[in-house]
Amino acid sequence: MMNNPVMPIPCEILKITHESDLEWNFRVKTDVKPAPGQFMQLSIPMVGEAPISVCGAGDGYLEFLIRSVGKVTNVIFEKKPGDTLFLRGPYGKGWPVEELKDKHVVVITGGTGLAPVRMMLDKLYEEPDYCKSVHLISGFKNEEGIVFHDDLAKWEAGSFETIYALDRDEKEGWRTGLVTTFVKEIPWKEFDGNYAVVVVGPPPMMKFTGLELVKNGVEEEKIWMSFERKMSCAVGKCGHCRIDEVYVCLDGPVFNYTKAKYLVD
Amino acid sequence: MSYFVTTEQANQVLSKLLETYDVYAPKRFPKQGRFSDTDIIRYAKVEKVDDIVYDEKSDFPAKEVINPIQQAIFYFTEDEFRASKGHTRPILLFARPCDINAQKVQARIFMDNGGYQDLYYARMRELINFVLMECPGGDDTCFCCSMGTNKTDNYVMAVRFGEDGLKVEVKDDKFAPYFEGAAADDFTPKFVEENQTKVTVPEIPDKDVLLALKNHPMWREFDKRCVSCGACTIACSTCTCFTTRDIVYGQNPEVGERHRIAASCQIDGFSDIAGGFGYRKTAGDRMRYKVLHKFHDYKVRFGEDMCVGCGRCTSRCPAYIPITATVGKMAAAAEEIKKEQGK
Repeated sequence: MMNNPVMPIPCEILKITHESDLEWNFRVKTDVKPAPGQFMQLSIPMVGEAPISVCGAGDGYLEFLIRSVGKVTNVIFEKKPGDTLFLRGPYGKGWPVEELKDKHVVVITGGTGLAPVRMMLDKLYEEPDYCKSVHLISGFKNEEGIVFHDDLAKWEAGSFETIYALDRDEKEGWRTGLVTTFVKEIPWKEFDGNYAVVVVGPPPMMKFTGLELVKNGVEEEKIWMSFERKMSCAVGKCGHCRIDEVYVCLDGPVFNYTKAKYLVD
Repeated sequence: MSYFVTTEQANQVLSKLLETYDVYAPKRFPKQGRFSDTDIIRYAKVEKVDDIVYDEKSDFPAKEVINPIQQAIFYFTEDEFRASKGHTRPILLFARPCDINAQKVQARIFMDNGGYQDLYYARMRELINFVLMECPGGDDTCFCCSMGTNKTDNYVMAVRFGEDGLKVEVKDDKFAPYFEGAAADDFTPKFVEENQTKVTVPEIPDKDVLLALKNHPMWREFDKRCVSCGACTIACSTCTCFTTRDIVYGQNPEVGERHRIAASCQIDGFSDIAGGFGYRKTAGDRMRYKVLHKFHDYKVRFGEDMCVGCGRCTSRCPAYIPITATVGKMAAAAEEIKKEQGK
């Protein structure tokens, strides 16, 4: 019998946390060990399959932030701990964690773009000596859109330099404005060239953050971005994530900006 | 070894072959064309030699036999996914050189890309034996010679159809016994050496030229002309894209079938992602994406152009957009850009 790379594997749901009204964090039992920034394919009953980034990992479990899109009766949101989710993976190339070692790390996220970097941020939080410093800029559309409240608080209280912002609304202790506004507040000069930047969020946010970084003198080869595409297969067959000769599922989703800036859909 | 068989003898050979093989070939479906009183020619099982349409190009490609428009890939319940069984009998697939070469193109994606082998394509290809149909040429949408796909040696038998019978070259000896007693012949298949239509594939030397070409105003013409129906990609010999969709049987949404359904990059929504974002929102951008894939992007990844020049996309386009003219425009635009950029 030939190997079937698109065979979904049943995983038991251990815990469901409501990060926001629409975004729920599912912890599932599995021994799969993805690298930070990799993704998996999730079976959604009555719909099909969708890629989902791994937003957390622990001994014998993984976490996935799932958004209720509300198009179809979403069976996933009726599930309870003890029920089954079907997953396969991990797929793709994740963040260049090795590249971050002993560097000043700047992470800029928009909305649920926080999910694909959460696992890496956790590592940097747990191992404060891994890099020289961590600056985190996290922007959300509005208060209802904020996810991972506990993590945001934990990182802020810890060793990370944080800027949390809402696009237009006011919130105590938070800034108001798009993430691009705060790029100039990062002490780039103090880094003495020894830095790496990680950007992830909705497509326009990534585009304009890239341009803003370059405007602030950030070197292109030190910027990394994660692309979101809707893969049907995640193994380079279905074509949905292709841009030029690149398959986001195989060659990404994380790309260096020197490559990413040419990946025009 | 080659043979001549009368149509009657050929039918006897075919019935013997049918004991072991399923035979697929282009077949005429009268009055099923898209205009009144027109036929459609598409791949289907055949049982008589007369069913095989050899003197006209089929409207749809041979790929439909190997990766159908729609197929069940899994059956699922609440706690298990089980792969569908698929075809089991070996297949003889009558095809012209373009369609056979198209499978080399599809195989690079299905069998190799990323180091993953697709089970559904692989298990079907294992069953396929190509029977080369000598191509008489003469179709004004074809440009296989420009794409270097006019010839092939990937076949077990080759056939030339004639009014009084068939000439057959048996390349794979396991088929020789079927022709025992048939008259010997010196037949070897001829290949089309020149098409009426020629195409010059543009040279795109680097990413800056590519970026400028993507932004070239030539694509805006298709915003109005192209109706985004996706007929070109369904007719294409090489398009592989698909979407996965679950079909449920009844009240329980967790019992059903997972289907693989052909998808088209020409249809809006192909690249939509969560949160209401999507890419290539105009027909022109989608045309650009398709044409660059066929005549540039695939080659960068796999070393050869994707298009095999079968011309079916041109024949099937309801807006009469010829792929050859589009590639010609793209080549001219690329030259213009290279001049501007001093390359």
